[in-house]
Formats: sequence, structure tokens, C-alpha cells
Amino acid sequence: MDNLGTFLSVLSQGLPFTIIATVGGIALTIVLSFVAGLALLSSSRTVRIIARVYVEGLRGTSEVVQLFWIFFALPVLVGFQIVPIWAGILVLGLNHGAYGAEIVRGAVQSVPRAQIEGAIALNLTPAQRMRRVVLPQAVVEMLPPFNNLFIQLLKSTALLSFVSINEITRQAQQVLVPRFNPQAFEIFLLLLVMYLVMSLVITAVMRTLERVAAARVGRTPSARSRRQATGAGVA
Amino acid sequence: MNVWDWNFAGQIIPALLNGLRITLVATVLGSLIAFVLGLVLAILGRGPRPVRIVVRAVVEFVRSTPLLVQVYFLFFVLPTFGVVLPALTVGVLALGLHYATYTSEVYRAGIDAVPRGQWEAATALSLPRSRVWTGVVLPQAVPRVLPALGNYVISMFKETPLLIGIGVLDIVGQVREVGGQSFRYVEAYTIAGLLFLLLSYPASLAVRRLERRRAVR
Repeated sequence: MDNLGTFLSVLSQGLPFTIIATVGGIALTIVLSFVAGLALLSSSRTVRIIARVYVEGLRGTSEVVQLFWIFFALPVLVGFQIVPIWAGILVLGLNHGAYGAEIVRGAVQSVPRAQIEGAIALNLTPAQRMRRVVLPQAVVEMLPPFNNLFIQLLKSTALLSFVSINEITRQAQQVLVPRFNPQAFEIFLLLLVMYLVMSLVITAVMRTLERVAAARVGRTPSARSRRQATGAGVA
Repeated sequence: MNVWDWNFAGQIIPALLNGLRITLVATVLGSLIAFVLGLVLAILGRGPRPVRIVVRAVVEFVRSTPLLVQVYFLFFVLPTFGVVLPALTVGVLALGLHYATYTSEVYRAGIDAVPRGQWEAATALSLPRSRVWTGVVLPQAVPRVLPALGNYVISMFKETPLLIGIGVLDIVGQVREVGGQSFRYVEAYTIAGLLFLLLSYPASLAVRRLERRRAVR
């Protein structure tokens, strides 16, 4: 147990990369989820097909393969290499955005038909209808599944250790384990606890957002969101 | 240098298919562990209060932390206790344990959906506890959750490539080998991606059909 301080400080050096990748990945995921999710509901067939190809293509392949493809195949095709951490954020965002698109689509579709009819009767334009009536209600539905997705994304940042990004998993596996092999148990337990804490932070933030979003449309958070949020995978 | 070389693509396919075999073996064995262990966790999760709390805590911990780190954990920690296993075995164990925490939630939902009256009837008939599970509850709970379990199998299939972290030569491991020898990555990674899509997309369509059929009933 005497090396615990060393372990903590070496792992902490990787923390900025893990946090940047998680926050950046989440930001890109949100943007792509809304763009692709609304595109899935578009009235134009072409837009729907493009969105469908993106969603199924990214959900149907392995995230590790996507990561390596962007790192090793893309530079050959476009002729330049992206900075590793940006490439990492790109993969995390593209992959989880495809899952998020289905969340957005489902939530928008779950808004009762009468709400849209009411908005039409009030003579709102389609843009106002979406922004003022549909989305505020849909967002309340989206937040619990997005919580799961973001925890999933946090867990995926560990894959970035494969492409030489010095995030916390790589710090443990490349720096600490070779030097303190007999203490692998402590090292990895500490690493797992760090991930657990970060996932609890994500859950806490999302719970707050849920309350705010629900209050805005005059509701209390749904029973579903009060259940322990989890990082369950979505196939 | 051409970006895409069909000859090279043809040459590497046997190695990739060989890797795909390992990927499938890991997925099938990992799924079996996840199905059985998940059920055990789900049943324990309905046990007496202390057991329930411990099981819930373990499940939450395992599912909130990365599979890759758990793979490393088993791979580096087991030997310090004198247990030395081949990398593929460690990988299968880690996949099975991690996904068991997902499937336990799926089973739990299925078990919760069995109407109370069924439990009461079983008690009224004074069936032994084991009979209640095997004869009444599980035959109703398990078929209902099959699509969800199927989804996790597909999801596990797509996650097996992270076993390259401990040197398992699955499909991505093979790609790295052939890519490293020839410095040609475009063909290898593109074909690997297509192979995943080729298998997982029809599988997920099948699961969606199964879901719809169950929803109609």
C-alpha cells in the first residue's frame, strides 16, 4: 500500500486526456445525435437514407475498428494525420452519436400527437413547433438514456490507450504495471475507482439537468430516471 | 502507391477470416458465461437483504467501469495469485463477467414482469422454492427477454476486438499483423469493418424482428 501516492500521481497525469476526450466526445455526440436524429425524421427521403446509413454503419461496426481506421487508414486516404486526441474525440463522437440519434428520434416520436396538432392550431411555424413545443418535452425523455450513453462513452475512452493517447488506462498499463507488477491489483483497483467516480459525476450532472428540464415543462422527473442509472450497452 | 490494392486485399482475407473465428469463439463462450452468470446474479438480487445489497453494488461497479480495464485487471492480477491462464481464456472470462452484469438487469426486468399472481399461486400450491423458479417464473421471464439478450450478444461481438490489448489475435489483431508487415492499412481495416457490419447488421435486424413479433403478441 506504500506506493499508493505514486500510483495516484501517475494516474492523475492521464486524467486531463480522459476528461478532454470524455467532454469533447460528449459535445460531439450531442450535436451528431440531434442532427442525425432529426434527419431520421425528415420528410425528405434522401436525408432519411443518409442518416440511416450513418446510424447503421457506425452501430454495426466495432468501435476499436473505427478507431484504428481513423488512425491508420484515413491518413492514407486524405494525406494528413489528425492530432491523436482530436481523432479520439472524433471516433467517440461519431460512434456514440449514432446511438444518440436513435434516442433523439425515439424521444421526438414519443411526444403526443395532440401537442403537435395544438401547435399547428396555434399557427406556429414548423421551426417554432419543434423548438417551442416538441423539443422541450422530448428532451425530458432523452436525458435518462443519454446518461447511460455518456457513461458508455466515458468507458470507451479507455480504448484510446491503443493509439498512444496517455489517458489514465495507458498510464496504468504502460507506466505503472511494468514497474510495480506485483501490485497490479492495487493499480487497477485504483484505476477502476477513478472511472467509477467519473461516472458518478456524469450521473449527478444528468440528474440535475433532468430536474431542470422536467420543471421547465411543468413535470417532476419520471420514475424511470429515479432508478439507478447504468452504463448498459446498447446494441 | 495505390490507395486500394485488390490483390493485397485478396491475400489478407484468409488471415482475417482466421481472426474472425477467434472473435466468434470469444463471443459465443463469453455469451454463455454472461447468460448463466447473469441469471445467477438476477436470482441472488432477489435474495435476502445483505446478499441483495452486495450483488447490486458489484453489478453497479462492474458496469460503470471500462471492460478494457477489467480485462487488464484479470490479465495482470490473476498471475499474482498464481493463476496463469491463456490470454483468450482471460478475455472470455472478462467478457462474460462484464456482460453478466448487463444480462442480470435484463433478467431482472423479465422476472419483475411476471405477474404477482403467479408467485402467489405457486406459494398456494406450496411448490418448493427451486420449483417456483424453474417451473413457474423463469419459463415466463426468459422468453420475454430473449431479444434484449440477443442485443447484448451483438454488442459483445463488437467489443471483442479490445482483447488485442492482451495479445489475442482476433480479427483486429490479425489486421495489425498484416498491416504492420506491409504498411498497408486501408484494405485491412476496411475489410475488417465490413466483416463486422456483414455479421452484426443482419443479426440486429433479426433481433428487431423478434422484438416486434413479441410486441404484437
